[in-house]
Amino acid sequence: MAQHVVPPSTYVKVFGGLTILMILTVVMAFFNLGVLNPVVALTIAILKALLIVLFFMNVKYSSKLTMIFVACGFFWLLIMFFLIMPDYISREWLTPAIPW
Amino acid sequence: MSHSSDSLVAHHFEDIEQQNESAVLGMWLFLGQEIMFFGGLFAVYLVYRFKYPDAWAAGSTDLDITLGTFNTVVLLVSSLTMAMGVWSAQTGRQKSLIRYLLATLVLGSTFLVVKFFEYKHKWDYHHVPGPSFSFQSEHFPNAAESNVQLFYTLYFIMTGMHALHMVIGAGLLIWLIVLAWKGKFGPHNFMKVELTGFYWHFVDIVWVFLFPLLYLINRHH
Repeated sequence: MAQHVVPPSTYVKVFGGLTILMILTVVMAFFNLGVLNPVVALTIAILKALLIVLFFMNVKYSSKLTMIFVACGFFWLLIMFFLIMPDYISREWLTPAIPW
Repeated sequence: MSHSSDSLVAHHFEDIEQQNESAVLGMWLFLGQEIMFFGGLFAVYLVYRFKYPDAWAAGSTDLDITLGTFNTVVLLVSSLTMAMGVWSAQTGRQKSLIRYLLATLVLGSTFLVVKFFEYKHKWDYHHVPGPSFSFQSEHFPNAAESNVQLFYTLYFIMTGMHALHMVIGAGLLIWLIVLAWKGKFGPHNFMKVELTGFYWHFVDIVWVFLFPLLYLINRHH
């Protein structure tokens, strides 16, 4: 597979997108959205990370094998969070029910 | 295939494409390890944010949002200059490669200098975890001082590890600038620039998550 050279115009557009998302995340933080505040902040952060991985890190133009390696990295991270958080969130639910 | 790329292929690879692909896969394995490393820190952060939401809000509100936003912009621009550096190497533009690498180095150093002044401010106000830690919050009376100290412990570990990665990245950039100065890069030999770029962009991604999670909690109060 030949190396794909990404043109500067693509990099500049991606940078523009990242800047808009960054302004958006700062502005949204000053509105009270209740529980949605962290959801909005994280959604924007994930979108920014996607732009960086796909274009700055060339994954969009990489081989399927590279894409699998990248996806695995982030999938393993999700496994860690989905195993840790239910444990810690639910620990104190049982405390009053245990008499000793 | 041209002879200029033949001489660059190590004997255990079929051709330059296979060699480059292997380098990219190896770099992503390393970055997978980095994802898990920072992921562990983010997991600790998340567990305690659920446990002590008031302390997290109190500690976060005291961070300097102007400097944090400024540093976010600096890192985003540095990612652009790094990407342009890779493009310069791929298309054989020697002078512009050196210029873009220098620009990335200057921006990375700017980030570290701003971070130093943020740390210094925390030190002056006794917000560095330790025996002299002290914190009073008017807006969050429910935030226990010891729990805010935990927030600042995580703040210093997470931003500190991130800053350490930036310092290593700056070292790699200096190495690349020296090699570029000697004319070592070109359309058939740019993987060192490309993979250092991966590392630099990854460190940028870590900051993309650190910035909202540390600086932007409960700004609406």
